[in-house]
Amino acid sequence: MKVVHTDVLVIGGGLAGLRVAIGARRRGLDATVLSLVPPKRSHSAAAQGGMQASLGNVFKGRGDDENAHFEDTVRGSDWGADQRVVRMFVHTAPKAVRELAAWGVPWSRVRAGDRQVVINGQPVTLAEHAAAHGLISQRDFGGTRHWRTCYVSDGTGHAMLYAVGDQAIAAAVPVHERKEALQLIHDGTRCHGAIVRDLKTGELCAYVARATVVATGGAGRLYQVTTNAMICEGGGIALALDTGVAPVGNMEAVQFHPTGIFPAGILVTEGCRGDGGLLRDARGHRFMPDYEPEKKELASRDVVSRRMEQHIRAGHGVQSRFGTHLWLDITLLGRAHIEKNLREVKEICESFLGIDAAQQWIPVRPAQHYTMGGIRTDHTGHSVGLRGLFAAGEAACWDLHGFNRLGGNSVAETVVAGMLVGEYVADWCERSAAWADVPMRLVRDALAAETAALAEACNRGTGESARQLRLELQQTMTAHVGIFRDGTHLEQAVETLESLARRSRTICLGRTAPGPNPELVDAYRVPRMIRLALAVAHGALARTESRGAHFREDHPQRDDARWLKRTLATWPDAWSNRPHLAYETLDVNAMELPPGWRGYGARNHLDHPDAAARAAEVARLRERHADDPAARQDALMPFADLLPPRLRGPNHRVEAEEETPVVAR
Amino acid sequence: MSLDDQPPGGPSAGADDAPVPAGAASSRAPLRRLRLRVLRYNPREPQVPARFETYELDEADNMTLFLALEEVRDRLDASLAYDFVCRAGICGSCAMLVNGRPRLACRTLTGGLPAEITLAPLPVFELVQDLSVDTGKWMRALGERLHAWLHAQHVEPDLDAIEERMDPDVAEKLYELDRCIECGCCVAACGTAQMRVDFVGGVGLNKIARFHLDPRDTRTDADYYELIGDDDGVFGCLGLMACHDLCPKELPLRTQIAFLRRRMVRAGLSGK
Ligand SMILES: Cc1cc2nc3c(=O)[nH]c(=O)nc-3n(C[C@H](O)[C@H](O)[C@H](O)COP(=O)(O)OP(=O)(O)OC[C@H]3O[C@@H](n4cnc5c(N)ncnc54)[C@H](O)[C@@H]3O)c2cc1C
Ligand code: SF4
Ligand code: SF4
Ligand code: FES
Repeated sequence: MKVVHTDVLVIGGGLAGLRVAIGARRRGLDATVLSLVPPKRSHSAAAQGGMQASLGNVFKGRGDDENAHFEDTVRGSDWGADQRVVRMFVHTAPKAVRELAAWGVPWSRVRAGDRQVVINGQPVTLAEHAAAHGLISQRDFGGTRHWRTCYVSDGTGHAMLYAVGDQAIAAAVPVHERKEALQLIHDGTRCHGAIVRDLKTGELCAYVARATVVATGGAGRLYQVTTNAMICEGGGIALALDTGVAPVGNMEAVQFHPTGIFPAGILVTEGCRGDGGLLRDARGHRFMPDYEPEKKELASRDVVSRRMEQHIRAGHGVQSRFGTHLWLDITLLGRAHIEKNLREVKEICESFLGIDAAQQWIPVRPAQHYTMGGIRTDHTGHSVGLRGLFAAGEAACWDLHGFNRLGGNSVAETVVAGMLVGEYVADWCERSAAWADVPMRLVRDALAAETAALAEACNRGTGESARQLRLELQQTMTAHVGIFRDGTHLEQAVETLESLARRSRTICLGRTAPGPNPELVDAYRVPRMIRLALAVAHGALARTESRGAHFREDHPQRDDARWLKRTLATWPDAWSNRPHLAYETLDVNAMELPPGWRGYGARNHLDHPDAAARAAEVARLRERHADDPAARQDALMPFADLLPPRLRGPNHRVEAEEETPVVAR
Repeated sequence: MSLDDQPPGGPSAGADDAPVPAGAASSRAPLRRLRLRVLRYNPREPQVPARFETYELDEADNMTLFLALEEVRDRLDASLAYDFVCRAGICGSCAMLVNGRPRLACRTLTGGLPAEITLAPLPVFELVQDLSVDTGKWMRALGERLHAWLHAQHVEPDLDAIEERMDPDVAEKLYELDRCIECGCCVAACGTAQMRVDFVGGVGLNKIARFHLDPRDTRTDADYYELIGDDDGVFGCLGLMACHDLCPKELPLRTQIAFLRRRMVRAGLSGK
C-alpha cells in the first residue's frame, strides 16, 4: 500500500487551494496540493472580469468602503449569505488585492486626468484624481453601488493564478499534478485524508493528513451549456456528499451568466456590460431598460439572465439554426477600447465565432456559470459534519454568496478564503492530535474499497455507457433545473435522475487499458455527478419559493417567513438514490442588514415576522453609535474577533489619507 | 426572420434601437466529411506499437478541433486520450501538432484546415498517451530553475497600507508579457529545445523578460545572467523565431529575446 503523509492535504490547485497551501506552509506546516491538471490550468485562469475589493481609487469608486461592499453582497445574495462571513470577506478583500500586488499581479492602474468611458450607452468624460495616479484601478460590475472591481485588462484570473502559482513554487509547495481524489478517508467523525488516483499511471494510493482541504471549484458540467471548464464536474463536492456525514449546502443555488456565447457557452465577461456594452433583441432594440429601468444591463446576474429568457419567451429572440439567442453589442465602445481592455473577448469572438466584435454583435444566451452551493462550513472553513475536513473557494458553501454571487466576488473569495482558511487550518493542526492516531486499518479499508469499485467497473462485460448517461444528465438539468423552475418539471427531473442513478450502477467499459484510460475516468465520475445533480434537483424541488438565482414560477415570491434558511444535503445511505435534506435557519435577529427589497428585480417578497423589529433595532443602534463606527459594528454584529489577528487592521484609502490633516514635524 | 435579410451598416453609438449589423454568427463555408488521422500510443502498453488511427465525421458550423475530438470520443472511440480544460484558448492545455504545426486545438476551427487533418502529440514533452503530453511537469521545473517568481523587497507587505504605485503604461506592458499560458507551442517549435533538454525556450526567456521589466522585482542584470547567460538560456537561441510565429497568444517574443540578448551580452562582458 502506497501512503503519502502530509500535515495539510489540499485537494485542488486553483486560486483557493494554492493560497491555502501557501498560508499553511508559512505557518511551518507541510502542505501538499493535488490537482487534476497542472495548477495554472485550473479554471481560475478563466476569470476575465476582475476581483471586487473596496479600494475606491477611481473617480467612480470614490466613497466606496467595506460597508458598501457588505450591503451589495448581502443584497446580491438575496439575504442567503452568512453576514458575518460577508463582513470578514469585505474587510479582508482590500488586503488580498494588495498582497497580490506585492506578489506580482500587474493590476491595471489609474491614470490621472480625463478619460472617455461609456455609461448607459452615452460617452462620458471622467476626471481621475492626481492623488490616485498609479494606484490599482476599478471597473463597474453588476449589482454594485460603486466601481469596485479591480482588474488586469481582461485576464484577471490568469494573472492572479500565475502570481499565486509562482509564489507556490517559490515557497516550495509540492503540487502533485494529474491526481484525482476519489474518496475521503474518515471514520464518520474525523477526516484523515483521501484515496487518490494517478491520472497518468492509473495507480491508487492513500494520502494521510492531519487536515484535508477541498478546493476543487464548481460543478458547471452538470449542465449542458456552461461557461465552466471541462474539469468542473463537482468531484470535490461529491467527496463530501459521499461521506454520508459532511453536508453540502444550497446546491439548488446555481448561477446563470447572461452572456455565454451562443451556442458554445464560452463566457464573454460582464466587463463588456460594465464598460458600456448593451443587450439587444432581434429587432436591434435595447430591451433591458424596459424591464429594469434602474440598473438596466447591470442588474445582478440572476435578474439579467431571467429577463433575457423572458424576452426570448416573448418572441423577441434571434432565430438561428442552433436555436434562439440575443445580441451583445460592444461596437459602441470603439475598437481602441476593445483591443486594449476587452482583448480576450475579441479573440474569443474571432476564434470561436469567426466575427469581429468591434463591428459585429455577439450572439449570446445565459449559460450555467457558478455553483453557489458546496461543502457547508463554518466561518473558519471547517466542515460542519466532519472534523478535519475544510473547504474553500467555489467548492465551499462558506456562505459568502447565498443564492446569488456578485461578479468579481468569486475570485476575491478564493484568495480571501485562502488567506483566512490557511490560518485556521494551521491553528487547528496545532491544536489537534498528531499522526499516531491515524488508524491505518481505516486507510487500508478505504483503499481496498476504491480498488474493488474500479475493478468491478472494468470487469463488467455489458452495461451502460458513461458518456451517454452524462449526456442525459446534462440535458435533464438544463431542461428542468435551469433558470426557470417549477414543481412539475423538477419532479420529472428527479425521476429521470433517479433512473440515471440506477443505471449508473452498471456502467461498463469498452477497453480496460492501463494508464490514463479516459473511459474509466468517465465511469467513476459520472455516478458522482448524478448524485450531486440529485442534491441540486431535490433541493430545488423542496424549496417552494424564489430566492436569488433559484426561481420557481409556481412560487415566484421570496418567502422569508418560511425559507430564510440554508438547505443541507447529506447522503447517509450509499445504496439509496436520494439525498437527505435538512435545514439551517438564518437568525434575523443577528443580522446587520435585515432582509428587505434588493433594490432591483421584482419587489415581491413575504417578510420574516422578526424583520421589522430587527430593522427598527438596527436603526436605533446606528443612531446611538452614529459617531463611533467600531462601537456601532460591535453593537450591530461583531466580527473582528473572528479574524486572524494579523488581518484585523483598518484598510487605508487614498481619499481618507487626503483628508487626514498633515501633522507638522 | 433570416439574418441575411438585415440591412448592412453599423449601429449608432448610444441609440436604444439600432439596425442589426450585417454578418450572422455562423460561418457559411460548405461543410465537409472530415478525416482525422490521430497518432496513438500508450507508453504503458509498449506491446502495442505507435500507429495512426483515422476517424471520419461530418463537419459542423464553427467546429473546432475540440468539438471534433469530443465527437470522436462520444461516438467512435471512448479510449482516445487528449487534454482539454477551458476549451476557450485560455488555459494552455490542448496544444498539439496539427498538420505538423503546434497549435491550440480548442482554438483551431476545422474550417481553416484541409479535410484530412493529422494530429500528433507535441514533441519535447513527456508523452502521457495519444495526444496528451505532460507540459505541466516541464513548466514547473522551468519555473524552479529560472526562479520565475517576483523577487520583491517585502515578502510580507503591510496589507493595511495603500499599495505602491505603478505607472499605468508599465502595468500594461507587464500584462502584455504576463499573458503567456505555458502551452508549450514555442518549445515544440524550437530547434534548440529539440536538441538541448535543458533549453528554456521562448517561454523561459519571456518569463525572465517579464520579471526584468517589473519595477517591483529587485534582481539585477547580473542575477539574470546567472539564470540565462549560457547555452541553455539566451545564448543557445538560434534566433529563427519559430517561437514568435507560433505563439497562440502572439507574445512579442522576437523583441524580448533580442532585448535580453543585448542585456546579457553586456552583463557577461561587465562581469569579466
Ligand atoms: C469563464 C469564467 C469567468 C469567470 N470570471 C470571473 C470574474 O471575472 N470574477 C470572479 O470573481 N469570478 C469569476 N469566475 C468565477 C471564478 O473564476 C471561480 O469561481 C474561481 O476561480 C474558482 O476558484 P477555485 O480555486 O475555487 O477553483 P478552480 O480554480 O476551479 O480550481 C479547482 C482545482 O481543483 C482541482 N480538482 C478538482 N477536482 C479534483 C479532484 N477530485 N482531485 C484533485 N483535484 C481536483 C482542479 O484540478 C483545480 O486545480 C469566472 C468563472 C468562469 C467559468
Ligand atoms: S510564450 Fe506563447 S507559445 Fe510559449 S508557452 Fe507562452 S503562450 Fe505558449
Ligand atoms: S528564436 Fe530561439 S527560442 Fe525561439 S524557436 Fe528559435 S531558438 Fe527557440
Ligand atoms: S483547452 Fe484551454 S487552451 Fe485549449
